[in-house]
Amino acid sequence: MIKRIFIRDTNSSSADKARDFCNVLRNQLREKQMDEKVQLIRAADMGVYNQGIVMRILPDDLLYGQVEEKDIPRIVSETICGGKRLNDLMCHHAARQCRIVLRNCGVVDPESIEDYIAQDGYQALAKVLEQNDPEKVLAELKTSGLRGRGGAGYPTWLKWNLARNVKESQKYVICNGDEGDPGAYMDRSVLEGDPYSVIEGLTIAGFVTGASKGYFYIRAEYPLAIERIQKAIDQAYACGLLGENILGSTFRFDAEVRLGAGAFVCGEETALIASIEGKRGYPRPRPPYPSTQGLWGKPTVINNVETLANISPIILKSGKWFAGIGTETSKGTKVFAVTGKVKNSGLVEVPMGTSIREIVFDIGGGAGSGKKVKAVQTGGPSGGVIPEDFFNTPVGYENLQKIGSIMGSGGMIVMDESDCMVDIAKFYLRFCVDESCGKCAPCRIGGTQLLNLLEKISDGKGEEAHLAALRRISFAMQKASLCGLGQTAPNPVLSTLNYFEDEYRTHVLEKRCPARKCGRLFRYSIIQEKCKRCGLCVRNCPSDAISGNREKGYVIDEAKCSRCGLCLETCKPNAILRG
Amino acid sequence: MDAAQLEKDVSEIAGDWKNKEGNLIMILHRIQSKYGYVPREVSLEISKHLDIPLARIYEVITFYNYFKLEPPGKCTISVCMGTACYLKGAPTLLNELERVLGITEGQTTKDGMFRVEVVRCLGCCGLAPVLTVDGKIYQGVKKNEIGEIISKYAAEENGGNGGHKEKP
Repeated sequence: MIKRIFIRDTNSSSADKARDFCNVLRNQLREKQMDEKVQLIRAADMGVYNQGIVMRILPDDLLYGQVEEKDIPRIVSETICGGKRLNDLMCHHAARQCRIVLRNCGVVDPESIEDYIAQDGYQALAKVLEQNDPEKVLAELKTSGLRGRGGAGYPTWLKWNLARNVKESQKYVICNGDEGDPGAYMDRSVLEGDPYSVIEGLTIAGFVTGASKGYFYIRAEYPLAIERIQKAIDQAYACGLLGENILGSTFRFDAEVRLGAGAFVCGEETALIASIEGKRGYPRPRPPYPSTQGLWGKPTVINNVETLANISPIILKSGKWFAGIGTETSKGTKVFAVTGKVKNSGLVEVPMGTSIREIVFDIGGGAGSGKKVKAVQTGGPSGGVIPEDFFNTPVGYENLQKIGSIMGSGGMIVMDESDCMVDIAKFYLRFCVDESCGKCAPCRIGGTQLLNLLEKISDGKGEEAHLAALRRISFAMQKASLCGLGQTAPNPVLSTLNYFEDEYRTHVLEKRCPARKCGRLFRYSIIQEKCKRCGLCVRNCPSDAISGNREKGYVIDEAKCSRCGLCLETCKPNAILRG
Repeated sequence: MDAAQLEKDVSEIAGDWKNKEGNLIMILHRIQSKYGYVPREVSLEISKHLDIPLARIYEVITFYNYFKLEPPGKCTISVCMGTACYLKGAPTLLNELERVLGITEGQTTKDGMFRVEVVRCLGCCGLAPVLTVDGKIYQGVKKNEIGEIISKYAAEENGGNGGHKEKP
C-alpha cells in the first residue's frame, strides 16, 4: 500500500526547512527503492505549531514532531520499511483542534472520488437513500443543532423543512461558495481540499427538500476550487452518484457550477439567486424568502460550503454526537481563518465555545511581532472588532453578537498596536461603499457619508460632532437598508467607535494618530545629530520633498511629503523620525 | 475582426450554454477568458445570437467587477487588498507599483505592457501580502522586491523568445 507523508516546518519564525528535509528524505527513499511506494506532500497546515518539522504518516496515522535530518535513516528503515512506530519522535501536542469540516483536507486526494469513497465518503448518502425517510434526516439535523455557517446562523433543519413543505414539483438547492469576505478562505480550502463532501452534502439537501437540481455558486477568483468541484461533479456522474437513479434508488439529482463575477453583495441569498439567473446581483426585499420563492420563483435552499461539509458526519455519527460538541446554542465546530498580525496564520477548526484567547494565543501563537495584540476582527465587513479585554469570550453566534461583532463566515483578523482603528473602520467601509449595489438609499448614501466623515477624521479635519454623526448615520443604515450588506456595513464603524473611542478622540481633538497610520496626522523629520549627510534619502524620495546639501544638512518639506516612508527605510544611521 | 469569423467564434463560445437558463454570466466568462476582456463587437454578436438586448448585456458587465471592457496589459499585476494583506502592507506595495510604473490602479502602461489592478481577496491570507502577475502568486512581498518582479517580466517580454504565452 502506498504511504503518504505530509510534511511541514511548523516553526514559523525560522526559514522554511521543509523543502531541504523533503529532498533528503526523497533521496534516502530512492536508495532503498521505496520512492515509488511513498508520496511526499508538503502540507500547508497540519494544526500543529512550534514542533519543528512535523510529519504525518498515513495510513499508519503517526505524527512525528521535532524531526531532524539525522532521524531520517531511522524513519526510512524502521517506520516506512518496517512499519514500526518510533516512540521518541511521537508528537504529543494538545489536541485543541477538532476537525469535522476539515476532516478530509490533506487526507483525501481531492481529485479522486475513489479515495473519498475509501474514507467513508458517500456512506451518508447511501444511508439516507436506503432509509428513504427525509423526516428522519431532518430529525437528526434538528437534534444536531447545526446552524448556517455563512454567518447568520439560521438552523439548517428549519431551512430545509420550509422548502420541503412547499408543494412544488421543481425545487433547487444551492451551495453558496461566494466567499467574498476579505481575509477569509475556509470555503476555498474545503472546496479545494474536499470537494466531494460538499457535493454529498448538497445531494442530501436535494433529497430531503425534494430538489432535483443543485448549483454551486463559486467566486471566479477561486479557479482551483472551480476546477476541482467541476472534476468532482464529472466523476460523481461517471460513478452514478449524480444523475438518474442514484445508488439504485429512484432519486435523481443534477449539479452544475455557476461562477460569480466579483460582487460581494452576491453572497446575500436573494442577490445570489439573481446572479445565477444571469442578472445583476441586486437583492430584493424578503419575504418571500427563497425557501418559498427563490431561483426562477421556485422554492430554493441556499447553504454555505461549511454547512454542507457538516452534513455527512452528522448523518454517519448521529445528531447527538454533534450536539455534544460546542455550547448551549452553538453546536459543533467552526473553522476560522486566523490571519493578520499573528505568528501561526492559517485555518483552525475548534469546537464552539473555545475562547478567542485560545485561538489567538495558544493556537495562533500571539502576535509574533513582539508587539501587543490589540484586537481581533471577526465577520469581515459585516462584523466588528473585539478588543483584547474580551478575549475570554467563548465563540458562538450569540456570544459574539453580544459583544458587538458577529461570527460571520469565520475570518478572524488579528491586529496589533501598530494598527489604527479609524483606518480599519475606513478600510471596511470603503469596501462596502465600493460593493454597495446602489439600489437602496440608506446604504448608497449613508455609506458614502460615513466614509467622508472617517476621511475627514483621519485627515485631521475631524470635529467632535462628527462622532455623533457617525453613530446617527450608522443607526439609520442598520434600520433602513434593504439587505444584509447595508444593514451590517456600519458595524465595523460602530464597534471601533464603541471600544476605541479614545483613539477616535485623539484623532479629532489632538490631531494625532497613535498608531501612526493616518498619513496626515504624523510627519517625517530628520534628526540632524544622527544624520551622516549621505544624501541617500534625497535620491530615494519619490516626491522631491527633501532638500538641502552636504554642508548645511537636509530637511523634509512636510507639504510635499507623501508619507511613503522610503527615506525611513533607506536611512542607514536611522536619522529619520516618524512622529 | 471579420464578421463571419466573429459569428463563428461567438457561436462556439456560446456553445451548449445557448439554451440554458441564466446563461449570460457564464457566456461572458468564456468571452473574457478568450479575449482577456469583453470587446464591444462580441457583445453585439452575442446580443444577436442569444436574442437579448445589448443594454441587458452591458447592464450585467458593468455591475460585476470581474468583467472588463478594455483590453488588459500583456502582464496583469493584481494586488490583493484583503484585510490580512491590507494590514501587512499591501497599500505600500500598490504605491510602489504605481510609482515605478507611473500609472494608477486600473490603468495600463503606455506601451501596453503592464496593467495594475486591485483585487478583493485571493484567499491566501496566510501568505500576506500577496500579489499575482498573470495568475502567478508572489507571497510575503516586500516593497523593495517590486522593482525586481517588474524587471523580470519586462526582460522576459523583451527577450525575443515569443515573450509571454497567449492567454488561453
